[in-house]
Amino acid sequence: MANEEFPLKKVCIICAKGTIEDVYAALVMSNGAVMEGIETKMFFTFFGLDAITKKTMNSLHTGVVGNPAMRMPGGLPFPTLLGIIPGVETGVSAMMRSQMDKLDIPPVKEFLEMIEAGGGEVYACKLAMDMFKLKKEDLWEGVKDVLTVGQFYEKCGGLQTQIIFT
Amino acid sequence: MSQKVIAGVTVDVNEEGYFTNPAQWTKDLALAIAAEEGIALTDKHYAVLEFLRERFSKGEALTIRSVGNSGIIDIKGFYGLFPGAPMKKAAKIAGIPKPASCV
Repeated sequence: MANEEFPLKKVCIICAKGTIEDVYAALVMSNGAVMEGIETKMFFTFFGLDAITKKTMNSLHTGVVGNPAMRMPGGLPFPTLLGIIPGVETGVSAMMRSQMDKLDIPPVKEFLEMIEAGGGEVYACKLAMDMFKLKKEDLWEGVKDVLTVGQFYEKCGGLQTQIIFT
Repeated sequence: MSQKVIAGVTVDVNEEGYFTNPAQWTKDLALAIAAEEGIALTDKHYAVLEFLRERFSKGEALTIRSVGNSGIIDIKGFYGLFPGAPMKKAAKIAGIPKPASCV
């Protein structure tokens, strides 16, 4: 009953990692929320900043070393030693991105633009920006602001709000 | 399955109000359902509804991105036409089942 009485009104989604799967988890959940009419705020920090940095956003990688869930096409386990060969991670990542495109899952930049078009807001973490020596102009133009964690929390207030860490 | 009378016509709907038989849909019904949702339909709305119905009939996934690439309207405009939850609202008004897509 609580579901109908108190539907989710706002989600604040934090992305701290820069692999394809971590970033897309945050993007899919955010876009899904926007599509449902739920107010959505995204906060990118640490390696998650790669997803909103112009230079890196559309060439994210997935880990092929030390990733026990990685499989070869066909389902056989992916040997970790194969993953250390130069170019393998790039190739696997490109393959993964093309598979996603077939399912109408857009590239990172387009996905962020979809979220923005629906009223979602994208923020960057000030501390991590300082750490990686990034400037606002290095970021995708749609980033609304660079915030301290306290400023982000101020935006996360209100009843029926959830903070989600992907 | 339940039934609902919309604009004087009895149609088959599910418990959430989505059509279970898209063939029962007419433009007049769309107008009435949209009014219930607080939307006054324009030609632009109808163009989107027809696009969604056609995609559905071909068995293709209903995604926000596909609407954006339809050439009818961009994504921001789509959110503007069907405020709140555009894909769900548009599907309901278009007389097709609730979209099962995550993107």
